[in-house]
Amino acid sequence: MDHHPTNWGRPRDDRVDPYGTFPIHARPRPAKDVFADGVQRTQQPIVTGTSVIGLKYSGGVMLAADNLASYGSLARYKDVQRLHPVGTSTVVGAGGDMSDFQHLQHMLDSLVTEEFTYDDGNKLGPTEIYEYLSRVMYGRRSKMDPLWNALVVGGVKPNGESFLGYVDLLGTTYQSPTIATGFGAYIAQPLLRNAVDERPDPLSEEEAVKVIQQCMKALFYRDARSLNKYQIAKVTSEGVTISDPLEAPTVWGFAEGIRGYGAQTQ
Amino acid sequence: MVGVKSIVATRNTYDSDNTVFSPQGRLHQVEYALEAVKQGSAAVGLRSKTHAVLLALKRSTGELASYQQKMFRIDDHVGIAIAGLTSDARVLSNFMRQQAMSSRMIFNRPSPVNRLVSAIADKAQVNTQEYGRRPYGVGFLVIGQDETGPHLYEFSPSGTAYEYFAMSIGARSQSAKTYLERHYEEFMDCTVEKLITHGLHALRETLQQDKELTILNTSIGIVGPPAGSESYVKAGGAFRILEGEPIQVFLDTMTPKESVAPAIVEPDSEDEGGDGDVQMSDA
Amino acid sequence: MSAQERRFNPYTENGGTILAIAGQDFTVIAGDTRQSEGYNIQTRYAPKVFRLTDKAVLAVNGFAADGNMFVQKVQQRLEWYQHAHNKEMPLRAIARLIQTMLYAKRFFPYYVYNILGGIEDDGSGAVYSFDPVGSYEREACRAAGAAQSLVQPFLDNQIYFKNQLPPSGGAHPKHLPLKEVLSLVIDSFTGATERHIEVGDGLEIYIVTASKRPNADLEAIANLKQVPGGFIGGEDGEKIYVVRRELKKD
Repeated sequence: MDHHPTNWGRPRDDRVDPYGTFPIHARPRPAKDVFADGVQRTQQPIVTGTSVIGLKYSGGVMLAADNLASYGSLARYKDVQRLHPVGTSTVVGAGGDMSDFQHLQHMLDSLVTEEFTYDDGNKLGPTEIYEYLSRVMYGRRSKMDPLWNALVVGGVKPNGESFLGYVDLLGTTYQSPTIATGFGAYIAQPLLRNAVDERPDPLSEEEAVKVIQQCMKALFYRDARSLNKYQIAKVTSEGVTISDPLEAPTVWGFAEGIRGYGAQTQ
Repeated sequence: MVGVKSIVATRNTYDSDNTVFSPQGRLHQVEYALEAVKQGSAAVGLRSKTHAVLLALKRSTGELASYQQKMFRIDDHVGIAIAGLTSDARVLSNFMRQQAMSSRMIFNRPSPVNRLVSAIADKAQVNTQEYGRRPYGVGFLVIGQDETGPHLYEFSPSGTAYEYFAMSIGARSQSAKTYLERHYEEFMDCTVEKLITHGLHALRETLQQDKELTILNTSIGIVGPPAGSESYVKAGGAFRILEGEPIQVFLDTMTPKESVAPAIVEPDSEDEGGDGDVQMSDA
Repeated sequence: MSAQERRFNPYTENGGTILAIAGQDFTVIAGDTRQSEGYNIQTRYAPKVFRLTDKAVLAVNGFAADGNMFVQKVQQRLEWYQHAHNKEMPLRAIARLIQTMLYAKRFFPYYVYNILGGIEDDGSGAVYSFDPVGSYEREACRAAGAAQSLVQPFLDNQIYFKNQLPPSGGAHPKHLPLKEVLSLVIDSFTGATERHIEVGDGLEIYIVTASKRPNADLEAIANLKQVPGGFIGGEDGEKIYVVRRELKKD
């Protein structure tokens, strides 16, 4: 029996260290988990979130994502927050597998806690979180064990500049003044670029909210895996705020007259 | 065994294993490691609001040999000067380089200087507690800069790391320390040139009576904006080591030894400065 | 669907094109800045050309995540080299380093086409081109990426003078002057932008000049900026400049 305090709860492994002869710091472990052959790795997402959109505006960044987590075509969970604050100047929004996203949330929370415990005045800003996530995502894809997500990282850097970046399950990254993932790349991205491109000055907060609302409405109309209940995250130098769930005003009156939509079935 | 016993008796008991305290509550092996640092040639570090500088005395084993390396670049924003076992220093400085690089790789940020220093201090502490190990036989002066400005730290093999306005380590470093303690209040507002001059004066105190600082035996490490004599410094005032010809201009700013103190206190009125109270003895 | 077909595919293609041309005492390395996936433009500015040392520039094209990681790994190796030897790694050594690093991942390759450009120790401009698993050679010019098939034949004709007769009694020039090389680079990219959907948005042209080169001809270039470097060679050393231009965004 090994009574050394550093090995409490860690029984000696007789296969590699039969006599307990190694010094503490060099104690050998089995190279491979005995259950390794039975471990499966993610080949497809299960419970999924759809698009995340984001844009830079005057003095900050805005992200939006709806509250739906789908199980295939089933609208399974309708109160899921897909925007996650990290520290005081960053928000991460996620589409794709929600369990993988929860795993990422735990990692990010531990990271922020660890940084806090250093207590030396350094903080993790959006660029640090973005780089960290890209390393994690690329690392996992390289192990052929991906975290099945498309992530949008938004925030404000210590110098006051706003930051908006994208990371996905392949480790692909980019930064851009507007970002939309998934189906949003087709529906929302053109609307966002229309609003932002070729303007000499950045959008005001009111204008940004308006564009986001327009995008979320268009997505709800056209994306079958979306929900008319979404949240908006704002990051400014003041900090992070995530709104309560919002609803886009929609009009379905026209459907009455359309075959297949309304009462008329023939 | 009799022979061994008699040797031990001439030193200390309780010193053959660093995990065992002496009855006085001391770890003799750790104290011997601190002695190893004192065997090394001196290094001096000091800092102002804008710069941190290192100055070190290089030894040569003889006319035919080259001078030992006393300074290492860790990253663009960090550098060290060492006193003690150079081989131990290489291991620790490589570790610091790895840490600095992984910070850039994982977070795209230069590693905060204090974390690099804490990391080697933690490594050194392990060596004072686990059996089958020995403490590192080397001490560092670490300079670096980050958002909060320039910094100077001392690392010692006992596993401690402290931040300083000015510090010296190595052989006869007490003499340099005395100089630094006498002048440190001026350092914060100094120019780089002035800071280096102070550093050279402090380093000179560690020399034997007949020796002088030359371009061959002196190394200067700097972080912060370029000095007047420096052209082509990497953006952001990255850490650089000056050796040889480029340090002549700094050696030229030194005042002759006898009049050091008055010249520094009143640089504009050299004529009225006598030799005052500063005859620093080498003992 | 069989298990094989459902397997996670760790690669994608992110479009774009890169090229490099060596002159007698300079090298030009260029790439567009569009990053795309399928028919989506992900961003209009994602650099594909990177300074490695004061005399070496690397362009990467293919799978962007692999490309960025590969550049970072090369840069780390060069940092260790500098720690160890207190100088910058020579260009031909960087080329061999890159081949070794690519070949080491032979069975899970970086899906990246690399073009390395810079100045050799003898002061000549040089271009090295690589395939994803490390085959490489030194050349006078090379295009790679989405529009390689459009640009390379143009360069073959204009740089190597393929299918051109020499002027009577003369020979084709061995090296072109910087001004002409820059025009060829710009024409290559405007042409590729016109005919290939994955090329466009922005153009980044790096120019590496040999030590002691009289750089008077650089003054005429619009939007020229010096890239801050390590200044290992001091005032006379090799220098790197960058020119940024717009390309069509449609």
